[in-house]
Amino acid sequence: MSITYLEAIREAQAKALADDPRVYIYGQDVGEFGGAFKATKNLSKEFPGRVLDAPISEDAIVGSAIGAAIEGMRPIVEMQFADFSSVGFNQIVNHAATLYWRTEVPCPITVRLPSGGNLGSGPFHSQCMEALYAHYPGLIVMTPATVEDAYSMLLEAVAIDDPVVFCEHKYLYYHLKADALPTDALPAGKARIARPGRDATIVTYSAMLHEALAAAEELALDAYQIEVVDLRTVKPIDTDTILASVARTGRLLAVGEAFPWGGVTAEVIARVVTEGFELLDAPPQRLNARDTPIPYHPNLWAAHRPTAPAIVNALRNLLRM
Amino acid sequence: MATRPQSVISPAQSDDSGDDQADNQRDLFLATYRWMLLARLSEDRLSALWKAGKIVGGVYLGRGQEALSAALGVNLRKGSDIFAPLIRDQAGRLAFGEPLIESMQTYLGSRLGPMRGRDGNIHRGRPREGYYAMISHLGCMVSAIAGGLMAKRFQGDSDFVGATCIGDGGMSTGSFHEAMNMAAVEKLPLIVLAANNQYAYSTPSSRQFACADLVDRAIGYGFAGHSVDGTSLTDCLATIGKAVAAARAGGGPQLIVGTILRLAGHAEHDDASYVDPIIRHKPFAVDCLRAAEEMILAKGWLAQSDLATLRNAVMNEIDDAVSTAQKEPVPDAGTEDWCALSSRHLVDGHLA
Repeated sequence: MSITYLEAIREAQAKALADDPRVYIYGQDVGEFGGAFKATKNLSKEFPGRVLDAPISEDAIVGSAIGAAIEGMRPIVEMQFADFSSVGFNQIVNHAATLYWRTEVPCPITVRLPSGGNLGSGPFHSQCMEALYAHYPGLIVMTPATVEDAYSMLLEAVAIDDPVVFCEHKYLYYHLKADALPTDALPAGKARIARPGRDATIVTYSAMLHEALAAAEELALDAYQIEVVDLRTVKPIDTDTILASVARTGRLLAVGEAFPWGGVTAEVIARVVTEGFELLDAPPQRLNARDTPIPYHPNLWAAHRPTAPAIVNALRNLLRM
Repeated sequence: MATRPQSVISPAQSDDSGDDQADNQRDLFLATYRWMLLARLSEDRLSALWKAGKIVGGVYLGRGQEALSAALGVNLRKGSDIFAPLIRDQAGRLAFGEPLIESMQTYLGSRLGPMRGRDGNIHRGRPREGYYAMISHLGCMVSAIAGGLMAKRFQGDSDFVGATCIGDGGMSTGSFHEAMNMAAVEKLPLIVLAANNQYAYSTPSSRQFACADLVDRAIGYGFAGHSVDGTSLTDCLATIGKAVAAARAGGGPQLIVGTILRLAGHAEHDDASYVDPIIRHKPFAVDCLRAAEEMILAKGWLAQSDLATLRNAVMNEIDDAVSTAQKEPVPDAGTEDWCALSSRHLVDGHLA
């Protein structure tokens, strides 16, 4: 058996629907059509009345999920593209995120954000929104990088009593395969050492994990051992695992596909500098997408986002410091 | 939440006493009037407390909107219906069953109130009890109530409605438009009560919307539409009662637009100097509370002395609530847990 990242997301939703009558799915085209990416394929047939097409209204979709959660449901809502969650941003950050703190009533909603760049997707279908949501207290932000995590973390997102912004990566939908779905998994909030090393640490998440692993592989040809930390969840962020890795290697490169300004990579570096400055043998570095909207043409897109060769360059610079 | 206090009103003898329907109408009118009075006088007290520096933040009064708001509150059923009041709905909150003390606790920052000092003024609520806590971003509560109704439908409940309120300003938001359309598509038993109070903060209706009448929008959304004179409690009770009954009976979403004038500034820090003097003298500038009192006297339902007695009883109730809330503990930064999640182990920086 072989299962893709996208199929894992579908299977997790099928299991959540089967296991818990409080779960339903609401979003644009998620019903009979099965979703723009087919993440809900056949679910409306398997679970009649529980996988519903919504009007093109991200604000109302999230708002309705909040109300349903108050009444005891566990809605999963799909934003179709992460970019469009900006239209539902207010309900996510001001309503869902503050509900428990204000009223002691939890808000167990899962907001699925098909995130990140894909060939030819351009400025409005490619963005990574995780840092924006992580900025707000009251939200959990998951960024699974593997098929196994896509499955186990989505199930966990539905089970958690707080709002979860689930940033699944579109590039990984079809590019990533695993032999089987996991039966146990690391919990949310724990980072994983995806590759052990001793010469430098890359802290990354989501699709950039695979670029980072490829870069580490290339540097291994020169006998450098690069440790790669997969954050898995960007909020909460597993500072302990990051610091322990930097303690082993003395060097840090934070890599993210999102725009650079005030992003997850900035947060990682800030934490290491303030809590582990003495662990560093060199100034910590970061690599992000360029600070422009995301271009359409493949020539531009390939240079816009961090890739394995760019990470290799950044690592070589870091190792020379 | 406590059960609704019984009305202190004992209706006087009247010519209608032989007619059950007339009796019921009179009793409902008087009971609703009492919620209006309690709202008005308690908000007058809040205003005084604010002027005395006892309240931080804004104080937002429903002066002029009590008839609309209370008429909605009395038509909802605590326990099965859900309600998301908005800024000027003190009367509706009380009529829906909010104990008076809770507004005082919230404004005075009591740790024992529903918001525990974490959020103030009109943002209060008890969502688990069907009484949603608004956020400041107007229009947002419409879809939240719609989702609550979807949940009840999923859960196989029947015989429920959901209601929320909005103003002419809030009706301009994208959130409002999205939610109205969605509620109609989902055929939900949703009541949206809109108060066209002529000003959105300081912006007059002419700069807020260009349609002839806001109720016309109901057609576009797929709602039933109702217009009501928001200064007439009789009209409010009849129209809102009819709309709520229609939604409850499966008639789908209902938009009720009431016309009034906001008889206060946007909040107590606003003197409303921008209100056009001509508008101040239009029919919708009638004070609904005074109009209700005049009707009670004209119908002979109560005597002037009964109204005075009632006002005294209400004032005593308010004194008790304020006095209690003022003695309650306030939040303490040292014992505050500073956790925004119910999943404590996932609070950033608190990982086990």
